[in-house]
Amino acid sequence: MSASLFGIELSYWQVTSLRSLGILAAVLLPAGTFVYLFLFKMVSFMQSRLGPMEAGPFGSMQLLAEVGKFLQKEDIVPERADAKLFKLAPYLVVSTVLLVYLAVPFGPEMTFVSNFDGGIFYVLAVSSISALGVLLAGWSSANKYSLIGGLRAAGQLIAYELPMVLAVIGVVIQAGTLNMQGIVMAQASGSIFGFDGFGNPFFLTQIIAFVIFMIAVQAELGQTPFDMPIAESELVTGYITEYSGLRFLLFFIGEFASAGAFAAVAATLFLGGWAVPAAWADLDSAIFNLLGPLIMLTKMLILGGLIFFIRFTFPRFREDQLQKLAWTVLIPISLANILVTTILKVAF
Amino acid sequence: MIGSLLAAAQNADAPVLVAQNVAFGIISVLMIYSAIRVVTAANVVHAAAFLVVVLAGVAALFILLGAEFVAITQVLVYIGAIVVLFLFGIMLTRAPMEGSEKMSRDNWALAALTGFVLLVLLGYTLWDGFGKNKIPADLQPTSTGALSDVIFGQYLVPFEVVSLLLLAALVGAIVIARRD
Repeated sequence: MSASLFGIELSYWQVTSLRSLGILAAVLLPAGTFVYLFLFKMVSFMQSRLGPMEAGPFGSMQLLAEVGKFLQKEDIVPERADAKLFKLAPYLVVSTVLLVYLAVPFGPEMTFVSNFDGGIFYVLAVSSISALGVLLAGWSSANKYSLIGGLRAAGQLIAYELPMVLAVIGVVIQAGTLNMQGIVMAQASGSIFGFDGFGNPFFLTQIIAFVIFMIAVQAELGQTPFDMPIAESELVTGYITEYSGLRFLLFFIGEFASAGAFAAVAATLFLGGWAVPAAWADLDSAIFNLLGPLIMLTKMLILGGLIFFIRFTFPRFREDQLQKLAWTVLIPISLANILVTTILKVAF
Repeated sequence: MIGSLLAAAQNADAPVLVAQNVAFGIISVLMIYSAIRVVTAANVVHAAAFLVVVLAGVAALFILLGAEFVAITQVLVYIGAIVVLFLFGIMLTRAPMEGSEKMSRDNWALAALTGFVLLVLLGYTLWDGFGKNKIPADLQPTSTGALSDVIFGQYLVPFEVVSLLLLAALVGAIVIARRD
């Protein structure tokens, strides 16, 4: 099996190692950008302070300093903890994020798994595994705060999984495919009431699904106002209370990398992914293999900015309010959205 | 597994899928080990963790067969939902850190017998149904679209009956759980 990249023939192992490097870049670059741009700088601006300024110009090297700090710290496993599961849990959480990126296309040929029929369905399936890692982390710490945090997190992940899936169904009905590349193409070459000047980005025609999806993403990520699982004023830091050093760093990377992953998925589903409207440019040309990732990153930054803007603006939901919102508000609305989408799809 | 490899090698016109066979062997060994650990583990949370490996192995086998939609469904339903609910239930009720509690019941021999009978029954059914049929070497992934066409065409009525049954079970569970 071989493939060519810019005219150079590559053997199978070369393609595989390039893909492995690619997925590391796809996970770590947005995660690092999110932390620096939003967690360090945007929140500082919102709170009228400067944020990190010492390491590098405007504190841009602060992230490397933080990573160095965490790597030096002692890796503590509590005496009564279940050592094996305690050590396994952070890797489980991070690996689900790596798996999500597999199905996301970054250009006409820039996909990790090409022609992947079940694309978005696969994304929803693997992102649900992280609940397992969180539950195991909470239980194996042998700490009541960790256990309560883990239970809350898993309950929240289960509750918001449903509106998320139901919101995606609206997009799938409109695009007519589960394939992520197909969804991108449906938006790029679509038209709204016959006008195809800017394609048919689904955040316009599926605005309800978009809002529900972003709320569900906020909850799946455990960002404020849905950060009850790690509510520091009552649970220390929930399921990550006992973690230190490298494993804490893994949870931290997992949090921001999955923010990046969900931003990428939302950008693909609602903002047209790597593509620009088909009326603007020839999407099949090879230049989009280079431009695609940049366009994608821009859209991810817009959505990431939205996620973190909400995180730093709103106070925390109470546990019962949070569950009530999912089950009595979001799920009925998303079901109604599916019904309306189906009727309109058949009517037009 | 080695036996089947050799048998396939002797059959000159059938190409040997070495990579698939090796992958099948590794996955099967992992699954059998984990399945045994599910019933022998001293800690109920560990048993659930081993169950995850078994279920993930099933999903991997589906992928080997080119049935990606079924594999994804396996992950979503069994790992993402059922095991998470298992763990949720275990942790909400009792979450023993030590494996002090006696995990086996007195009827374990009967359970083992039932399991064995089921194994023989299923094994015989598979043997009887497929016999020496071979998976074609140029196996293509089952397209999700084709699968949904079958479900919502040919099997529409059974599909709707199953969803009604699940709905009834859901309503029943809520009725039992509500005490007012």
